[in-house]
Amino acid sequence: MTDDLGTSPDEVQFRFRDDEPADHGTVTVDACCDQTNAAAVRIEPGDDARTLLPFLDRLALIEVNFPAYGDGRGYSSARILREAGYAGELRAVGDVLIDQLSHMRRCGFDAFAPDARLDEEDAARAFATWENVYQRTVDGRRTIQESRHE
Amino acid sequence: MYQYDQYDQQMVDARVEEFRDQARRRLDGKLTEDQFKPLRLMNGLYLQLHAYMLRVAIPYGTLNSRQMIALGDIADKYDRGYGHFTTRQNLQYNWIKLEDAADILADLAKVEMHAIQTSGNCIRNISSDHFAGAAADELVDPRPYAELLRQWSSFHPEFTYLPRKFKIAVIAAEKDRAAMRLHDIGIQIVEKDGEIGARFYVGGGMGRTPMIAPMIRDFVPLDQLITYSEACLRVYNRYGRRDNKYKARIKILVHELGAEEYTRQVEQEFAHMLEQGVEPPREELERIKPFFADPAFEDGAKNVDRSDPDFALWVDRNTHRHKHDSYVSAVISLKPVGGIPGDATGTQIRIMAKLAEQYSFDELRIMHTQNVVLPHVKIADLHALWTALDAADLGAPNMDSIEDMIACPGLDYCALANARSIPLAQRISEKFDASGKTAKLGELKLKISGCINACGHHHAGHIGILGVDRKGVENYQLSLGGSEAEDTALAKITGPGFTEDGVIDAVEKVTDLYLDVREDGERFLDTYRRIGMAPFKEALYD
Amino acid sequence: MKILTGNDLRTGAVTWWDGTNWSLHVDAAADVGEHGDEILAREEALRRVNVPYIIEAEASAEGVRPAHIKDRVRALGPTVRPDLTLKPKDPEAIDWVI
Repeated sequence: MTDDLGTSPDEVQFRFRDDEPADHGTVTVDACCDQTNAAAVRIEPGDDARTLLPFLDRLALIEVNFPAYGDGRGYSSARILREAGYAGELRAVGDVLIDQLSHMRRCGFDAFAPDARLDEEDAARAFATWENVYQRTVDGRRTIQESRHE
Repeated sequence: MYQYDQYDQQMVDARVEEFRDQARRRLDGKLTEDQFKPLRLMNGLYLQLHAYMLRVAIPYGTLNSRQMIALGDIADKYDRGYGHFTTRQNLQYNWIKLEDAADILADLAKVEMHAIQTSGNCIRNISSDHFAGAAADELVDPRPYAELLRQWSSFHPEFTYLPRKFKIAVIAAEKDRAAMRLHDIGIQIVEKDGEIGARFYVGGGMGRTPMIAPMIRDFVPLDQLITYSEACLRVYNRYGRRDNKYKARIKILVHELGAEEYTRQVEQEFAHMLEQGVEPPREELERIKPFFADPAFEDGAKNVDRSDPDFALWVDRNTHRHKHDSYVSAVISLKPVGGIPGDATGTQIRIMAKLAEQYSFDELRIMHTQNVVLPHVKIADLHALWTALDAADLGAPNMDSIEDMIACPGLDYCALANARSIPLAQRISEKFDASGKTAKLGELKLKISGCINACGHHHAGHIGILGVDRKGVENYQLSLGGSEAEDTALAKITGPGFTEDGVIDAVEKVTDLYLDVREDGERFLDTYRRIGMAPFKEALYD
Repeated sequence: MKILTGNDLRTGAVTWWDGTNWSLHVDAAADVGEHGDEILAREEALRRVNVPYIIEAEASAEGVRPAHIKDRVRALGPTVRPDLTLKPKDPEAIDWVI
């Protein structure tokens, strides 16, 4: 049995889902591939998110760790998982700061457990920063270019 | 040229407010400098030696008179009366206060400008051919594609924390005036079987490990341009090195994987991306194109009156062939003899704006060689234009000559620099002007960097100079044989470095040798390529 | 001597620790001896100064001269724009930097 790596649901500061938070300890990507019953997994920056694709059906929670905010690999991991149809909770954990929130949302994260709790007001403003967006991503928002040519 | 619609304006306005909030949180003590730094950098705000420095984006180097006037006004209102045009076709202010930064961004937003992503580990301002839309030799105007890329790369949610900064250039002529293959991605718009598409070069760059980008795809259909770019970036974001800042640029990834393996990964990601529908609707490109349509050119004089030799010299040196034979593109040199390369006062900036309004359909371009272009000037108006430029100390007839050198700000301003660049540029231009040798040398591209980051493009100079710190004393390495044109080449170091006086003598020696041995029509670079390094080394060190 | 320098948080101006406050003039810089780190920690927490650091300098009758050229450029201003330096009327100021 692998050590529980996970962030407790209590540490989740922002959550954009209606279902009950998954209450499982997360395991490493390697462990997740070896075990048949793990329902929660934690991705580190160096992990290849695509190794999880065969197991998405049984996963209810994927945590993507940001040990340092400047390491942007987790954004690609998140988008890849959503592009593959993953519909469970996608939680950003670690060095998650105010000014990364809106981009993380756009890449498919729907839960946030920052190491240091964020100012609620600043965070609310950050989530609402972009009324319109240029890029098509997994959040399903209509892009500016689509609005221009509808 | 391109004009914002309500969406573009809203994005820029939102960014101003976002930054105002970030600056407030920094000044209030809610953000540490470590946390604030990446945020201010993504808004082009650096901390340099003497103050904050703000780098304003000039997308693909194109701007109109109103924007140019705003740049001049900001120089006077918030800075010390001048700005510095850079090798990335941007403008830098050297004396900015953090407290003013959001107000400056708001002033910029009023004229559809910003400082978004002019720094930071994100996709930077897209650069292009400074004669785009005017040059006689281009296939199409590359700027609509650059604009499409500008929108895609602005606030890209996945690619804001890349391993390192990321620079893209787009050209559409065989002649490369944008150092395209020395970019992270160089895109050349090409024609194949009657179709227009994009050729991708990936993994070029200067800096401490200069590399020329290999071609990874000879033709990407235009309705897949963004998708392909996205695939190139995703592979980089996932696998670019993050363990060592100096090995984090995409050139290292492409080099370590090999171009073939990198391409294979991109193609695989591209196939996946095509299914995600990330490409903007094709109508968007068609919407953008008319913004770059030709202005209403009129037939007129095809030649100038050459009776004034000073004027004739300026016409010969500083104008470029236009696609309409009654027009030329006129280069305004920001390299007066003994001046600071790329600097212009607020007044000069406004004068250039007025002249663009009067003589160039309201349009200006910034060159990566730190000059300004009026792209569409009637040949019949050239004398009047030159007279006005000359009166404003903007009429130096020295484009592509040794006096038209590139020089980074160097240790006079820059926190990264190891040695000063500007004093060298000033002394060399004074010396060659005084001896009258500038004219004899013809095209000679001298490029000076004050540190290994190579903002002064020294690797790509016919003659390059790199300033280094040798035990606390400025020292300069000389290199020869570089080119950032379509014959892209990296310069080679001649040998041991020189003092400031020594390197100026060294430039004189290598140019003297060239004048002695050159054959008919040879530029310095051609002679170097023919005879090699050995004779130059001998002249320098024996 | 050891002195402290940084850039003012609000204006970005180069500043030097004079023993009680931050000064624009390098000649006012105080020798902090072994107390540099302690003062830095305290001052950084107050967030008046951006990334302050300790440097070596030499004191003489003429004033304080930082050991490294970069800090001398910072102390004076850009050598290519004497008009914008702290000593616009002193023709020898640039020689002091180099």
